[in-house]
Amino acid sequence: MSENPPLSTNPMPSLDHDHLIVCPQCDAVYQITRPGHGERAVCTQCHTVLIAPRKKAGLQIIAASIAVMILIIAAAWFPFLTIKAAGNINAVSILDAALAFQGGPLVILALCTAALIMVVPLTRVLLVLYVLIPMVRDRPPARHAMQAFRLSEALRPWSMAEIFALGCAVALIKVADLADIAMGPAFYMFAALVILVVVQDRFMCRWTVWNALDPNSDRLARRT
Amino acid sequence: MDSMERVGSQLRPPRAQDLNVLACRRCTKVWPSGTTQCARCGAKLSSRRDKSLQRVWAFWIVGLICYIPANMYPMLRTRTLFQTQEDTIVGGAVELIHHHAYGIAAIILIASVLIPVGKFMAVAFLALSVQNKGPKVANHQRHRMLEIVEYIGRWSMIDVFVVAILSSLVQLNSLAAINPGPASLFFALSVIFTMLSAQSFDPRMIYDISGDARS
Repeated sequence: MSENPPLSTNPMPSLDHDHLIVCPQCDAVYQITRPGHGERAVCTQCHTVLIAPRKKAGLQIIAASIAVMILIIAAAWFPFLTIKAAGNINAVSILDAALAFQGGPLVILALCTAALIMVVPLTRVLLVLYVLIPMVRDRPPARHAMQAFRLSEALRPWSMAEIFALGCAVALIKVADLADIAMGPAFYMFAALVILVVVQDRFMCRWTVWNALDPNSDRLARRT
Repeated sequence: MDSMERVGSQLRPPRAQDLNVLACRRCTKVWPSGTTQCARCGAKLSSRRDKSLQRVWAFWIVGLICYIPANMYPMLRTRTLFQTQEDTIVGGAVELIHHHAYGIAAIILIASVLIPVGKFMAVAFLALSVQNKGPKVANHQRHRMLEIVEYIGRWSMIDVFVVAILSSLVQLNSLAAINPGPASLFFALSVIFTMLSAQSFDPRMIYDISGDARS
């Protein structure tokens, strides 16, 4: 992608609503000129990316989503961190970490943590797969795909798997001088998770998805 | 209409508000003014989010209130063979510096002190600026600030996750045990409420005032 993105929007509105796009951030109106693959349409006023279609983005997002799902489920059931000190051994999984908050009001925090690091990320991945798979296969959208995509977008800031991944690294360094830590595969697993989540987010062109979900929009937009 | 818009500000594109159209902020579909619900994705439509500033300030205040006990109560209770130690956020970081773990101390201080305090100040500044108070800063810089606050804000949660991992991992019978303190709950609440505060801020307000006053 170029440093200086091609400007494919044009601040000369005619009032045909279907050919207008409004920047959701700053309310500027443009006439839609659809950018080519790899190009981006950027708001001239606030530089928000409005449309950024990519070739094969759908497939790449699906692949990243499946990988994220496998990583989270694996880390939820299998202990991925082990600590050893003077004959004591303790191994924990993501679930154990979330449930570490115990005693009175801290139970609320246990529920919050479990939601932020497991339930929300998993839900988002499933919703994205549900919406994108028919789209990539050139099929009509799945039932309630719009509601699914809407929920997925609303959950976006609350999906914190990658933050938890970095938290693991910090925690490990913190106790490194206290005990032996077996990091091994867990570290690479989480490094991969951080990258996958970024890929999943950056490749997604939301305008293209909404357009493809719209039964009244033209077929051209469905080619993701 | 076009020619009048352009006098004095060639680069400024027209606002949806001025063209009597209304955009869905969720799916960006454009509708005529006065439409109340997006027929495509079902989102509620409004030219500027209803009571945006009230919401921003309400969440901001709750977040700030939660941030006080988050710093006063202990975040971690560490029990070793000989002693039990309780550390607040800042106390824990100071402890790490004594152990020469400067990198980790820096991460903790940045994530738990610098970012939250910076966020409170940034959101307050933005909310005041759209009411035409405080120092004048260019639109795109203020918008930048909001984006940074929204992006970085969630990363403050890292401290809560570190506490979770430590307290589940370091449970070594009589040798050593780490348990979460009450500050962890308040800190998490503070992060959540400041996130809600930043999300309630309607960025379109940033471009409104200057559009009238600054051209």
